[in-house]
Amino acid sequence: MEIPYTVKPRPDTGLYNAKVGIWLFLASEVMLFGAFFSAYILLRVGAPEGFWPDVATGWPHGLLNIPIGTFNTAVLIASSVTVVMAWAALKENNFPKFQKFMVFTVACALGFLTIKTFEYNEKFTHYVVRLKDGSAVTGHLNVDGHSPRFWTLQDVEEKKIEALKVEVDVPNKFRFPVGMKIPEAVHEAHKAGKHHEEKEFKVADIASLKAFVPSTATFFAIYFTMTFLHGLHVLAGALVLGYFAFLGRKFWQQHPEQFTNRIEVAGLFWHFVDLVWIFLFPVVYLL
Amino acid sequence: MIGIQYGITSLLFLLFGFLLMLAMRYQLAHPGQPIPLVGGLMEKALGEDMAKGGVMQADLYNAFGAMHGTIMVFLAIVPLLFGAFGNYVTPLQIGAPDMAFPRLNMASYHLFFWGGAVMLSSFFIPGGAAKSGWTSYSPLATMADSNFINGQTLWLVGMVLLITSSLLGAVNFIATIIQLRAKGMTWMRLPFFVWAQFVTAFLLLLAFPPLEAAGLMQLADNVLGTSFFLPTGLVVNGSKPDVSGGGSPLLWQHLFWFLAHPEVYVLILPAMGIVAEVIANNTRKPLWGYKSLVYAVLSIGFLAFIVWAHHMYLTGMGTKIATFFQTTTMMISIPSVIILTALFISLWGGSIRFNTPMLFALSFLPMFGIGGLTGLPLGFNASDIYLHDSYYVIGHFHYVVAPGTIFGIFAGIYFWFPKATGRMMSETLGKIHWFGSLICMNGIFMPMFIQGLRGMSRRMYDGGATYFGSGVGADPGVLRLNNAITAAAIALALFQLPFIFNFFWSIWNGKKVESDNPWEATTLDWQTPTPPPHGNFATEPVAHRGPYEYSVPGSKKDFTPQGQPG
Repeated sequence: MEIPYTVKPRPDTGLYNAKVGIWLFLASEVMLFGAFFSAYILLRVGAPEGFWPDVATGWPHGLLNIPIGTFNTAVLIASSVTVVMAWAALKENNFPKFQKFMVFTVACALGFLTIKTFEYNEKFTHYVVRLKDGSAVTGHLNVDGHSPRFWTLQDVEEKKIEALKVEVDVPNKFRFPVGMKIPEAVHEAHKAGKHHEEKEFKVADIASLKAFVPSTATFFAIYFTMTFLHGLHVLAGALVLGYFAFLGRKFWQQHPEQFTNRIEVAGLFWHFVDLVWIFLFPVVYLL
Repeated sequence: MIGIQYGITSLLFLLFGFLLMLAMRYQLAHPGQPIPLVGGLMEKALGEDMAKGGVMQADLYNAFGAMHGTIMVFLAIVPLLFGAFGNYVTPLQIGAPDMAFPRLNMASYHLFFWGGAVMLSSFFIPGGAAKSGWTSYSPLATMADSNFINGQTLWLVGMVLLITSSLLGAVNFIATIIQLRAKGMTWMRLPFFVWAQFVTAFLLLLAFPPLEAAGLMQLADNVLGTSFFLPTGLVVNGSKPDVSGGGSPLLWQHLFWFLAHPEVYVLILPAMGIVAEVIANNTRKPLWGYKSLVYAVLSIGFLAFIVWAHHMYLTGMGTKIATFFQTTTMMISIPSVIILTALFISLWGGSIRFNTPMLFALSFLPMFGIGGLTGLPLGFNASDIYLHDSYYVIGHFHYVVAPGTIFGIFAGIYFWFPKATGRMMSETLGKIHWFGSLICMNGIFMPMFIQGLRGMSRRMYDGGATYFGSGVGADPGVLRLNNAITAAAIALALFQLPFIFNFFWSIWNGKKVESDNPWEATTLDWQTPTPPPHGNFATEPVAHRGPYEYSVPGSKKDFTPQGQPG
């Protein structure tokens, strides 16, 4: 006996095996990301209110690049549309059209990842500088004209730098938690279009120096964990869809119906990956 | 057949987990004395820090304790019930040629195997295996070992592999049961074992991902230095660790128990399924209340998701929350009692055949009953505050899984052995195995209730000698029970020897079965050639009737197979 319903749907359920499988898999994925979102809520509710980095364990606000995040959202939504078009092209028996749409989808996925890489790099060169008097600022370092990655105070001392130049961020209004009074100076700086202010700190006065990495604050921990896990899903999707786009011709010619089913199943996964981002973007960037 | 691969691997893990426990029991009964036979070997293999002069050190006790729990639950019982029996029996019982996704099935086995290998390798790295209990509570789990690659890190990597394996398995099981049922195999004609597997698969599918998330977060805490579970102001050994803080230890507990409570039902439901099959077959009458059994198992599946915080009464939760979880916990005992009652009533008026599988299945009933009923005082907030983390909990939990689930597994092994090999296991050796196991299991776990009620705390590597040995509250009686328990554990080990011998001897020398259906059973798994070939069935099976048509009035034989037309 052969395994039934691998291609044709079972009459009473109306589904072929792989479609049942992918929906079940997505259910478990919902629980996986659901756990991360729940963790996000619990950690955030537990964080003390106040301006981060002044309240060291507070919740950092407004440090992610919203225009870039919005653009990336649009990229993923576009890819979600084209993956359906690719599937529809197969239903029309038009393989070249399928290939065109699928290549565009994969390009979107890779574009998303490239943009995300730049965003990550921007965080790795962005620092929180805590001074021994208890105050703290954020900003990029200026070491010979650029900001190095992942430095700690030890690196500064090893380079025998005595005064550290920092492009200190002038906080905008998004940096303040809802309900906190925004100082007048913030509005004025905004009107003047001032975003950075170069300051010099004596290394002897600095208590600690940390880039925006997962161990810097719980916000960054959950931000990096969730976006990295989502990024892995994007990468997995890009690999699978890319495989079908570039190496699928032979299988399509031999088993057109099964190939179309595979595109449908992979497309369902791809929609899910987009959907996660649709939740992730407002939660980590906007709220 | 992947089911058999799963079976052999996980039986080996079961034996290994049992040996860890034996070493621990020896230490509890004779603290500070070298472990006989293997003490010297342990010192050589695990290092002086762990077993100096063959004596189990505190760190080693903790590591064995954590790994005993992990191995038994995730590497032995779940793969045995779900991977082995589920894989082997479910497709046969629904009349399917194979699982829906055979390659996924293989991938699942490989992930399980490598997860187990990672777990085992952690014994031999500097600092030893994970030693923060099978629950791995933070911040202890993150702070216990300062090596960069430590036992806890490997534990987490192993867990992520095992969880992924279970998820693939769960997807495969549900898809198989929904899609590959034979013609005529409607939902209400499914054998109860298949229903139990179906609900179990859903529990694994939906409860495991949160633990995977928690595992990844704890991995980040250990490796990347994040503070998901490390609170602000944490002090370890008198100094403040260099972490950002702002995390929540309770978050770990919530995510952990969100899996680990449904996991308890993962451990028990398939065993109930096996027991139901064996009882129906050996009482020669239909299961009493098949529909109530099905609805009860579905209710358990649903309620299992909303009881997890009864493991956390001592975390200082509000009384309203505690009341909620206390109520749901009492509710979930109702379907469990329905199942047990239906199985008991099934015995009434049957002409019972007392063969080895049936003896194990019969002893499952009172053993699980004791395990279940002793759980009620733990489910109540007020009494749990006293009993929490005492040996009472150990006794309760082990009554459910050791003489409960493991007896179910033994019943299943003796029952389906002729299907897999074409030979019967020896009845005489089987009965010795059963009788000895039943006595010894009770000898081990019954005294634990007494110790726990007396206030003896779990996870003390000297067996409580510090608290009960001298001074105020001295109670040498409680300590003497340790010796009794250890003696029973060693006897239990000896009574497993007939089983191990019987298992291997019967593969080649057991009595050959005379037909494909030696137990004269009704379900489709006995209508295949023995052993089932690739594709399982010689001709396409069709289900013409319900699963338990025994002793139908007016029919010539006392059983009417599901596949028999007319």
